Amino acid sequence: MGVDRREFLKIAGYATLFGLGGTAAIDILAPGELEASATGIPLTRGKRWAMVIDMRKCLAQQDKKKCKDCMVACHREHNVPDWGEPQHAVKWIWQDKYEHVFPDHPNEFVDEGVEGRPFILMCNHCYNPPCVRVCPTQATFKREDGIVVMDMHRCIGCRFCMAACPYGSRSFNWGDPRKAPKSLNPDYPTNKAYPERSKGVVEKCNFCTELVDKGELPICVQACDKIKVNALHFGDLANPESNVRKLLRDHYSVRRKPALGTGPNVFYII
Amino acid sequence: MLDRALKGTTGYWSWLVFLLVLIGVGAGCYLYQFSEGLRITGLSRDVSWGLYIGQLTYFVGIAAGGVMVVLPYYLHDYKAFGRITILGEFLAIAAIIMCLLFVLVDLGNPVRLMNMILYPTPNSILFWDMIVLNVYLLLNIVIGWNVLAAERKGIKYQKWVKVLAYISIPWAFTIHTVTAFLYAGLPGRHFWLSAIMAARFLSSAFCAGPALLVLLCLIVKKVSKFDPGKEQLQTLGGIIAYAMIINVFFYLLELFTAFYSQIPGHMHAFEYLFHGLDGHGQLAPWMWTATGFAVVALILLIIPATRRKQDTLAVACVSVIIATWIDKGLGLIIGGFTPNCFETVTPYWPTTLEILITIGVLAVGFFVLTILYKVAVSIKEEASA
Repeated sequence: MGVDRREFLKIAGYATLFGLGGTAAIDILAPGELEASATGIPLTRGKRWAMVIDMRKCLAQQDKKKCKDCMVACHREHNVPDWGEPQHAVKWIWQDKYEHVFPDHPNEFVDEGVEGRPFILMCNHCYNPPCVRVCPTQATFKREDGIVVMDMHRCIGCRFCMAACPYGSRSFNWGDPRKAPKSLNPDYPTNKAYPERSKGVVEKCNFCTELVDKGELPICVQACDKIKVNALHFGDLANPESNVRKLLRDHYSVRRKPALGTGPNVFYII
Repeated sequence: MLDRALKGTTGYWSWLVFLLVLIGVGAGCYLYQFSEGLRITGLSRDVSWGLYIGQLTYFVGIAAGGVMVVLPYYLHDYKAFGRITILGEFLAIAAIIMCLLFVLVDLGNPVRLMNMILYPTPNSILFWDMIVLNVYLLLNIVIGWNVLAAERKGIKYQKWVKVLAYISIPWAFTIHTVTAFLYAGLPGRHFWLSAIMAARFLSSAFCAGPALLVLLCLIVKKVSKFDPGKEQLQTLGGIIAYAMIINVFFYLLELFTAFYSQIPGHMHAFEYLFHGLDGHGQLAPWMWTATGFAVVALILLIIPATRRKQDTLAVACVSVIIATWIDKGLGLIIGGFTPNCFETVTPYWPTTLEILITIGVLAVGFFVLTILYKVAVSIKEEASA
């Protein structure tokens, strides 16, 4: 690199002096190296976050038990109210059968391995999100790291985004979450870390920005890793050496309704 | 001029009181919806727009339809329509007020409405819809009021009013085009993803709006000394005939594309609407009713004798209104969400509360319409006296 210890400390010192932090020095001296060395570890510096769902592992786990760990963890993390009514359900991560998840792949003679099997669904954090395009208040927007987020305090509840989303990934608070049945929400709202929403706003999966910003993995990934199933992989598509890019290089993957040009960033290995 | 609305017959006052009762009931139901949220409606996560947005769509059409009397008068100097342009403009005002109220009652968080102005977003079609609807409302208020004021004084309206009238003509086309764009640009909603949507909206607007106007003219003739005129109704009848033919033709174009291509996504919504899908067919009787009325309307409008006779023209107009209302106020929105993103069917039907709120908004519109028409007709009576 042609930088001796003395020079490194000098630059790092200046960088710190200017409030750039230690990583800035590495960026100046050896651009890209930190990212490469941190492959697979989520940092706060992703450019295009994505999820790769290894359905082989997920379904193998489903065979053992009706596993809902990722969903339970997510809905607890984000204070998601349960109304007990499917038509008013608020869904961040949920399951539906293969045929419903991929309705544009109709096959009369479908593989037994996937026929009628429960697939994991969440917001696709599209590269070209139609929900963002239609929102009249910019209450939903795409962050620089590719995560499509929702400002539940700005949303006026027009539900244009729900009409625009081709994936059914957006949920509306049809009622006041505090009035959701107590039996289903025994300790609502318990989680002070995540804002409680009002009635009449739209919400959806946020790829756990609150955790990613702290350098942690999304809670669904954590829940899946905790039981050592490791079906969910979160990483940066912009980095050719990332875990997700490696998985997509090594396996055939599909996305939901890719022909619509939304550029879903959730991939399924089947 | 508004004082004319304060003098009226018992019939006039009873009608206003009747509308006020409906408004009161609707407002009460709305307060309940405001406190409980939209879960009191029949809407769901799969069919997230319904009766309210359907009415928005329909009444944007009624408002745009008013231009069918304004355009011949101002652009083609068709003098006969000079008598009734004010009725077209005042109908547009009432219709736009209903549209704005239908958006308002559909919002989950109406108190944050101003966010649309605080955070203007040109990439959202709803932002443009807000602009075109409000400007059209303003244009019609200013034009209508000034033309009527001039008529009261027995003078010709000022030049600048005519300039605004010229602007209002293409503007009427934009309100319904932009409203169609709300739907026609959404990926994954096959039923709406059609380039002909805006053209279909305009054609149905230009038959439904004038049809309502014909009926209103007949009512005005009956309850006042002002006669909108025989020739005027004849010409409107011709306009309605052409627009309804084009409207039905455009619908058939949609059917051809869907059923000749045999692409399931394009056929499903039509199958759901006219036949039923996955055992859900609650809209089929409605859509066939609409078809029946469309056929009746076409027959009565195409045959010159029935189009010219006032009674049969009235029947034709009622048929046009029923057919286009079912198509746009009901089928279009529900069909767009059915089947849903997962190719399954989530049935939707408005609840009683939802219907009462809808009737309340309609009553507000007709209340405004009655007041405006009362003023206009009183001034016309004075002018001719």
